[in-house]
Amino acid sequence: MAKLASELAKTPRKSVLLNMKNDPKITIDIPQCSKGHSSSDKSQLKNNDKSEFLSTAPRGLRKRLIVPRSHSDSESEYSASNSEDDEGVAQEYEEDTNEDILSQKIQAQNREVSAPVFRETPSKKMKREKTSHLVEKYFEAHSSSKVLTSDRTLQKLKRAKLDQQTLHNLLSKVSPSFSAELKQLNQQHEQLFHKWMLQLHLGFNIVLYGLGSKRDLLERFRTTMLQDCIHIVINGFFPGISVKSVLNSVTEVLDHVGTFRSVLDQLEWITNKFKEDSSLELFLLIHNLDSQMLRGDKSQQIIGQLSSLRNIYLIASIDHLNAPLMWDHAKQSLYNWLWYETTTYSHYTEETSYENSLLVKQSGSLPLSSLIHVLRSLTPNARGIFRLLIKYQLDNQDNPSYIGLCFQDFYQQCREAFLVNSDLTLRAQLTEFRDHKLIRTKKGTDGVEYLLIPVDNGILTDFLENEEEEL
Amino acid sequence: MATSSVSKGCFVFKPNFKKRKISVPIEDYFNKGKNASEDSKLRFETYQLIWQQMKSETERLQEELNKNLFDSLVEFLQTSHSGLWKNSKDWSCEIKLREIPTAALVLGVNVTDHDLTLRSLTEVLQNNVTPYVVSLQAKDCPDMKHFLQKLVSQLMDCKVDVQSKEKESVQVIQKNVHYSMDSLSAWYMSVTQKTDPKMPRKKRTSSSQWQSPPVVLILKDMESFTTKVLQDFIIISSQHLHEFPLILIFGIATSPVVIHRLLPHAVSSLLCIELFQSLSCKEHLTTVLDKLLLTTQFPFKLSEKVLQILTNIFLYHDFSIQNFIKGLQLSLLEHFYSQPLSVLCCNLPEAKRRIRFLSANQCENIRRLPSFRRYVEKQSSEKQVTLLTSDKFLKEETQSLLENLHVYHKNYFLVLRCLHQFTSSLPKYPLGRQIRELYCMCLEKSIWDSEEYASVLQLLRLLAKDELMAMLQNCFKLFQSSSGKELGNTAKRIEEFLAQFQSLDAETKEEEDTSQSQSKGLQKTDLYHLQKSLLEMKELRSTSKRQTKFEVLREQVVSFVDSLVREYLLPPDTQPLHETLYFSSAHTLRQHLNAAPRIALHTALNNPYYYLKNEALRSEEGCIPNVAPDICIAYKLHLECSRLINLVDWSEAFATVVTAAEKMDANSVTSEERNEIIHARFIRAVSELELLGFIKPTKQKTDHVARLTWGGC
Repeated sequence: MAKLASELAKTPRKSVLLNMKNDPKITIDIPQCSKGHSSSDKSQLKNNDKSEFLSTAPRGLRKRLIVPRSHSDSESEYSASNSEDDEGVAQEYEEDTNEDILSQKIQAQNREVSAPVFRETPSKKMKREKTSHLVEKYFEAHSSSKVLTSDRTLQKLKRAKLDQQTLHNLLSKVSPSFSAELKQLNQQHEQLFHKWMLQLHLGFNIVLYGLGSKRDLLERFRTTMLQDCIHIVINGFFPGISVKSVLNSVTEVLDHVGTFRSVLDQLEWITNKFKEDSSLELFLLIHNLDSQMLRGDKSQQIIGQLSSLRNIYLIASIDHLNAPLMWDHAKQSLYNWLWYETTTYSHYTEETSYENSLLVKQSGSLPLSSLIHVLRSLTPNARGIFRLLIKYQLDNQDNPSYIGLCFQDFYQQCREAFLVNSDLTLRAQLTEFRDHKLIRTKKGTDGVEYLLIPVDNGILTDFLENEEEEL
Repeated sequence: MATSSVSKGCFVFKPNFKKRKISVPIEDYFNKGKNASEDSKLRFETYQLIWQQMKSETERLQEELNKNLFDSLVEFLQTSHSGLWKNSKDWSCEIKLREIPTAALVLGVNVTDHDLTLRSLTEVLQNNVTPYVVSLQAKDCPDMKHFLQKLVSQLMDCKVDVQSKEKESVQVIQKNVHYSMDSLSAWYMSVTQKTDPKMPRKKRTSSSQWQSPPVVLILKDMESFTTKVLQDFIIISSQHLHEFPLILIFGIATSPVVIHRLLPHAVSSLLCIELFQSLSCKEHLTTVLDKLLLTTQFPFKLSEKVLQILTNIFLYHDFSIQNFIKGLQLSLLEHFYSQPLSVLCCNLPEAKRRIRFLSANQCENIRRLPSFRRYVEKQSSEKQVTLLTSDKFLKEETQSLLENLHVYHKNYFLVLRCLHQFTSSLPKYPLGRQIRELYCMCLEKSIWDSEEYASVLQLLRLLAKDELMAMLQNCFKLFQSSSGKELGNTAKRIEEFLAQFQSLDAETKEEEDTSQSQSKGLQKTDLYHLQKSLLEMKELRSTSKRQTKFEVLREQVVSFVDSLVREYLLPPDTQPLHETLYFSSAHTLRQHLNAAPRIALHTALNNPYYYLKNEALRSEEGCIPNVAPDICIAYKLHLECSRLINLVDWSEAFATVVTAAEKMDANSVTSEERNEIIHARFIRAVSELELLGFIKPTKQKTDHVARLTWGGC
């Protein structure tokens, strides 16, 4: 990766990649850029990279020497016939969703004005080659259980996890690039608003896909077109969303008081209501229909049934790579989708802000300070018990099948360390830990209780170091 | 933003003024999109008219096609229970009484069409057999309780339309009663006794002949029901069968074997199953195409590519007629929406009337049509000038051209069907077995230039007489049934051919006679002479073969067919003004019906120049400029990795690329802060990639993420 990075860094506008590719003896040189690190840090980094690449380089090189070659070949083969009009576009239909990236790209690139020409025979031949190629790639990626990556961790990088606010502040300093182009892109999409309204009224529902947050676009659609209509906006990315809340807001529109016994009852009531009163119209705007909370089969079924009502108009956006897999044929016919590609390149600020991101500090887990704070208020014995558990967990941190410390073993250890005298006292202590969310208990497959500290190992190590310093 | 909050995810917007305010008519959306384009109102009305016609036509077709199936089903249902009630003392009937009559309805894999079929089946049954028809879906019945609950509530509903007075009491029951088969049969008894005297008045003639109409339960998607629920229900209801005459209808998408796979023998022996097969969806498609597109009834036509896409979606994706119709609707809409001259896409007299009122702008539109320009170029120079300058003359000319176009279609479909008669039974089907394949080929180009057509002619030249005559007969019927004047001659020609073939019969008999007599004369010779004379005869025959009258006639028929094809099956794009009737934007259709979100994502990430037309982003294949959006760079880097990705390495690499890009910009901020910012950007890109589903966090190794796709670079 570092190599590619350096290549990319070196090639601001033009590609030197092709030349570089032919030269298998590229040395790894990271441009003098990371001034933020101390120089020792940097050299260590370099060494690390080197050793890593010694092991992986042959394969990586081979791959990059071969793959792009065939790639560009096929590209030229297609682009030669590009200039002709869009004939035989349909041939590509046989291709399934598990499409090879090559042809994906080709198709997509040609989408704009001139659709690609796929002659029957070459396309079939190509496809066979491609599929076998694809299969190989899958097994290449999944063949060995060992994956060679470096062992460096963010901990060593001394770069603290940022919280949401600082992240936001930092990002606000970045000046947006390509704003003119992005604006143009957005304007193109906005021209479709009238068409969307028309098609929604004619019984279709609309789904937007493509890279970039479509929230702003839908919001603009809402403010320009839907001001006089009853409409509901649903943030699918909101972690607490559920079908129930969607249905509740629909019933709220219909001025229903009272409750329903089940979601199905509620759906039935809504259906009847809308069938009775044909003058009723409702627009549903769903951001991220494919979100974690709504992607379930049942949720999709219910939303699909809602959208199949004649006077409910649904316009939704999807982002996930595999989102279309949510829908089988039955659901698709319920939804009656018309697909619109709206690539916006906008950042998914709102969508990713609900603290489920990888590198962002999660306030739900225990940061070091609160850990120390809680532990200080406990008795020395209780602290000892907890330290035992931490040590045990850290000893086992490389064991991937580690599920926790069995209660009986724990009790034994505590007894040996003179920390408790009966398992009742231990249990009393554990209850206290649990109340502070310091431990989690889990029943194993054998029915025995296992204890686990739901805190990152790095934090635990820090904590232990901290403790030792104090002592 | 009004729609973001940390505490709720749904936002209701209800305009506070009276909501019954006149809503914006749909037509407004139709014209505003294309800024004040021509005749939009008229076009929208035409669209709605044609669509309504098409829709009702498809519904009629559906009904017609299902008629056979429904008739046999109705018959089955009527006979299944009537026997039981008459002589229930019989021992064999006692056994039969334990068996639930069951119709296994094999509907095929096009699940999306089932709903429509079953809905019309319910209607038919309610009209002909019994008011008590209930249909259940697997998703409503996760367990026995819900199953019975649904069954009971729907049954009550069925009854409600018979006696609406009892509605209130029904609802009370619905809430309180513990659902059981006992209560159900008790309810049934009370209802049948009560309604019996009323039945005749309700004019349910067929159902009133029994004192107790059966209860029909349709299980829409039999395969997806839980086995246990089905088993329990069948066992219980078979116990109650004598007081609760139940009939089951299983909707099956796969094959009837599935019944035995779902139900053990002990349960399936309680069923008396009869199998029904619905019409295959391919035949259905053929009929739909036949009645909607291969006809002059609807002026709207599809171009070859569009038709190809629609049939391919049908054949390779879902076998769903409904989706096909949806595609048709969309193409109709797109046609009227995007083509200003589609206003002429209506029946001929109306179109002629509309031509007279065309605006100057629309006249310009006509002149701009490629097909019209080609037409103009062929005219004499004076006519060219008048066509291009005088609107009045143009309108007259357009009228006659449009009329020609309609005549062209009339002949086209006749000849197409005729050609299909000839080609559909040839070995290996060089021009396809279905008429839609032939139609596609003819739409695409001049069919006589294709190799397949040549081979068809060759094969036709080898046909035997009876085959040829059968084909001619069929064609004759085709031409006769049409009222067209132009092709009236053709019918006559075919008739003549037929007559000639018949007269051939007599002659060939004579020939056979003579040859037989010849062979008789050879009998008394020795072997050598026999061989010799046989050889001679063979030579004689092979030379004379060309001259048989049948072959001459066959040749004539073939060349006659050929001339018909060449005259009438011209591809539509040779016709002036074809753009008014043909929808050809296959690309739009494909984009909206059969989109490829993964491809779009990959393109956006891998080749941002495709979307953002900035020269800085232009790059060669397989490489990405370092000024590209962050997420593209992160994506590109992650393609290098195999299953797991080290976040630290990734972030270093990202920083390397991005810093290199920034160096060219102003070096204003301090390096520490810049690094912070770059890290933040990296975090953002990674979490966006996670949202898109390219990576996910993993516990396999610290600070690693797992890649969810493979390949790449």
